[in-house]
Amino acid sequence: MNLQQFRDITRYPSAIAGLIIILLLIAISIYTIFAYPYQETVVKWRGGDRVWQDNPRTVPPTWTNLFRRKKLPESIIFRSQDVEKQVTPLKDELTDISTEFTFDYTADEFPQEIIIFFTSTFEKKAPYISLTWITPDGRKLDIGDFSIDKTYTRRLSQDEKLTKKLNGQPAEIGLFADPNSQELKPLKGTYKLQVAGLTFEPDSDFDFKTVIYGKVFGLAGTDHLRRDLMLALLWGTPVALAFGLLAAVITSLLTMIIAAAGTWYGGWVDSLIQRITEIYMMLPWLPILIMVGVFYSRSLWVMLGVVILLSIFSASIKSYRAMFMQEREAGYIEAAQSYGASNARIIFFYLVPRIIPVLIPSLVVLIPSYVFLEASLAVLGLGDPLMPTWGKIINDARTNGALYKGLYYWVLEPSFMLMLTGFAFAMLGFALDRIFNPRLRGM
Amino acid sequence: MSTDIQHNATSSAPADDVLISVRNLHVWFELKKWGFSHVGWVRAVDNVNFDLKRGEAIAIVGESGCGKSSLMKTLLLLNRPHKGQVIFEGKDISHLTGKELKAYRSQIGYVQQDPYGALPPFMPIHRILEEPLIINGIKDKQEREERIRNAMQEVALTPVEDFLNKYPHMLSGGQQQRVVIARAMILEPKLLVADEPVSMLDASVRVEILRLLRKLQEQYNLSVMYITHDLSTVRFFSERIFVMYAGKLVEQTHIVELLHNPLHPYTKALLTGTSVPDAANAKHLKKVPPGEPPSLVKPPPGCRFHPRCEHFMAGKCDAEEPPHFEPIPGHIVNCWLYEGNRVSYPELEAEV
Amino acid sequence: MNETTLLHVEDLVLYFKTSRGLVQAVDHVSFDLHKNKAVVILGESGCGKSSMAKAILRLLPRNVGRYEGRVFIDDLDIMTLSDEDFRKQVRWVKISMVPQAAMNALNPVLRAGDQVAEPAMIHLGLKKEDALDLAREMFQRVGVPVDFLTRYPFELSGGMRQRVAIAMALITKPQLIVLDEPTSALDLLTQANIMNVLKTIKWETGTSYILITHDIATSSELADEVAVMYAGQIIEVNDAEHFFEKPLHPYSQKLMASVPKLYGTEEPDFIPGRPPSLLNPPSGCRFADRCHLRFDKCSQEPPTFIVDGHPVKCWLYEKEASATLSPANKGEVS
Repeated sequence: MNLQQFRDITRYPSAIAGLIIILLLIAISIYTIFAYPYQETVVKWRGGDRVWQDNPRTVPPTWTNLFRRKKLPESIIFRSQDVEKQVTPLKDELTDISTEFTFDYTADEFPQEIIIFFTSTFEKKAPYISLTWITPDGRKLDIGDFSIDKTYTRRLSQDEKLTKKLNGQPAEIGLFADPNSQELKPLKGTYKLQVAGLTFEPDSDFDFKTVIYGKVFGLAGTDHLRRDLMLALLWGTPVALAFGLLAAVITSLLTMIIAAAGTWYGGWVDSLIQRITEIYMMLPWLPILIMVGVFYSRSLWVMLGVVILLSIFSASIKSYRAMFMQEREAGYIEAAQSYGASNARIIFFYLVPRIIPVLIPSLVVLIPSYVFLEASLAVLGLGDPLMPTWGKIINDARTNGALYKGLYYWVLEPSFMLMLTGFAFAMLGFALDRIFNPRLRGM
Repeated sequence: MSTDIQHNATSSAPADDVLISVRNLHVWFELKKWGFSHVGWVRAVDNVNFDLKRGEAIAIVGESGCGKSSLMKTLLLLNRPHKGQVIFEGKDISHLTGKELKAYRSQIGYVQQDPYGALPPFMPIHRILEEPLIINGIKDKQEREERIRNAMQEVALTPVEDFLNKYPHMLSGGQQQRVVIARAMILEPKLLVADEPVSMLDASVRVEILRLLRKLQEQYNLSVMYITHDLSTVRFFSERIFVMYAGKLVEQTHIVELLHNPLHPYTKALLTGTSVPDAANAKHLKKVPPGEPPSLVKPPPGCRFHPRCEHFMAGKCDAEEPPHFEPIPGHIVNCWLYEGNRVSYPELEAEV
Repeated sequence: MNETTLLHVEDLVLYFKTSRGLVQAVDHVSFDLHKNKAVVILGESGCGKSSMAKAILRLLPRNVGRYEGRVFIDDLDIMTLSDEDFRKQVRWVKISMVPQAAMNALNPVLRAGDQVAEPAMIHLGLKKEDALDLAREMFQRVGVPVDFLTRYPFELSGGMRQRVAIAMALITKPQLIVLDEPTSALDLLTQANIMNVLKTIKWETGTSYILITHDIATSSELADEVAVMYAGQIIEVNDAEHFFEKPLHPYSQKLMASVPKLYGTEEPDFIPGRPPSLLNPPSGCRFADRCHLRFDKCSQEPPTFIVDGHPVKCWLYEKEASATLSPANKGEVS
């Protein structure tokens, strides 16, 4: 291996493309690990009530709107903390606290749902809220009168009274529908939401957050638990690379050393290794992995360990052995013995380095196989329960009927990442093979 | 009137100026069927006896399969003798292991036939030369650098800096062989074993390399064993010559004596068979003994050359193997044609 | 072309395209071969002699850069033939070849007899039994016992395999056999044997040979003429008597001096330095930087001078020359 060979890589555009993609993936991995630390991510991914609250459920990414004639809305969120409250004391301890929000609605489709999250402070009597909706064409609608609690969630879409009031249309449609058009479409323009609350105690106050859920979100969309898929796509990168790289490198090195030792010592050592290899070649991987996953642990590191154990005695031992048997007779090996090299030294310093150029391309091409293996395990439900990985996304998509429901982005995005990774390593690996093993260059 | 001449008869210990003695050496390889059932022995070297003095250069000549390479590899203990003694500086080395084996090996330099194959293609030159030093415990980096430099200058691979970082494939055949020689010399050995060191090199380079070997021999009083099948190079680079056939030594003498007075029929055939550039050669056929060298698993009984020999004497040559005869002092031949003045090589006392 | 000339090679060129440039392996080579004669192409490794064999037989690899020239056999310029015609009319019909390391080039899964019979079946259109009969004859001619017809190559010794390869080249009774290093990997006595076989075939069948080798001593066993190749060019053609005694070109002289002689008393010589790369051959005489007789004119490429009917490419012979062929000649003599 020398400089000339690395320069040769530049002669293969496919290799350069592959290399760039791999470097990009590595950059993404490094960025992700720092920007979204592991522990936080695990906690976040587990979800819970508050974490993903503001995201719509199972929606495609925002940029898909570029390809739509009828633009889907993005979420509109406003908080009472962001606007001035008009506090008007009334008689006794009654106080009127009003806020008004103005926003523009320009989408061609209706929002997904409308929810208002309230928090309030009080001792005995809870505040009483009145909601008024003003459409661009001046209609004023009373959309709710109710009393709230310390924490209270008002799902307008599920308010039956409101739906009735809106002629059977649920809130997210009824409040936006254009009354004058034949077909059902939203009225574009400036809307106002007035929230008027009555508090009964001097220190009583309330705050709220209104979320008008859009139908697109972010760079990658969301899943059924409102989780931003971008997080999983980002985190999937270092997981895939680490798993793939570690598995491939450790396996290849160990396999090579075992093959070298067997070939060098010959005799019963060699025969034993060959027999073990043959038994291994017959072992079915997936059932074993499934058993380990079901009965023992689904942790990614355990899976990695088992995968490596299953791979070190693989069939590649036979091909390495063939190469080593040829090398064993080489003049320089004999010379090494003649100046006193020990067996270990010959194996590690003379035999192994000869084979590394053959090893490297196959290693590079091996990496995506392990990446896919990890993804496959996840798709089968054996993925690591804690970490968000690409395979996990596909698994969730499958169990939630993504394709059936037409939620293609959910499957396509992780698939694309997997393909990209496989593609990049494969291109680099094939070019490396042509460089390190020139006999194939003509092909 | 046959007198029995005993070599090394006065004491059964090797003489002082003898570096390495071989007595009754048999190198047999086991032939196994299916990896474990014994079928026979390949008798690569069969009952070979000789002495090699310090500072002496000998040539071992013979065709492929005659056992010269196996003999040489046994001296390097890359093979173990099946029977017999190999005595180096008074010590029987045939069963050495571990540290003692390493110490012994460091005293012998090995130059191989294929210069490219003898060099690890993935190591640069200075690393190739450093390996023997590291392995043999030269810990000081400075000392190693110096020894490497000296070795390269010895073999005229100068300017040294130009070559240190190159890889073997960047050098010509002749240069590669110089690296092999430098590596063989770097541990300051007492014996240099060269197995066909120039047969894979171009004609115009061969002489250069052989002259280098001779210079090193003279300068360091090295003993040299030069193994070849090309008789015409032998004259300029060694003093004594041994001829081997089918695992046995058939003739031993000084070179000029051999060239002018070959005794063994096989030696005569070799000399006739060697071409000298002469246009007249094209006009007639060469006299070549018929047949081919015999199998080493089942060699013919008696003298192994008898099926091809024009002087074959029935009842004698096919009955008993001819022992060493010395019809002329210093000229030993194994052929019934020269019966008389039998030579024996008794076992030597040696430290084990 | 006169009556006795079998092969007339004129300005043969074969360059290879490689990642590092154009390798000028055969650079405007010209020579003649007469009927029932053997010419030895003598040269060291890297001089292009093996490429020349391939050029004559049109056994070209994929990366050919330039391939041109004229090669006449029996008044037919075979360079003008299409590949298919060449295969049908020339290869193994007029010219056959024993390649380098032929003993390793035998197909390990075919019996020896079948391999030798194959060219007869393809080029002579014989049926299998007839071809095998012919193969049997060939085996006898080259000295391989006929029961080896049914053996596989691994059962034969190196010398036997080489003889089988020669039989394979002989079976179609070509006018010319090109032998590329036929004896280099063989033992001394086996070499002598093979040379005997080749001589016998030449005397008995009238075949002509082009023998390509670096082994000067062995080449004298067969040579009627010697052509010396250096850095892709032929620098001297001489008949055997004159060449082995008193070669003309300084390189030939040095080469002859480097051959150790069994009974000679003088130590052989060597040529310092290395032959130039065929990738970028130097301008001027290609041997100049190693030549002990170099003078200032040598920085220009010498034309081929004819001295006593022998071509020599060296400025030293400018005055003696009876004729001159310009470097890239058209066969014209000035």
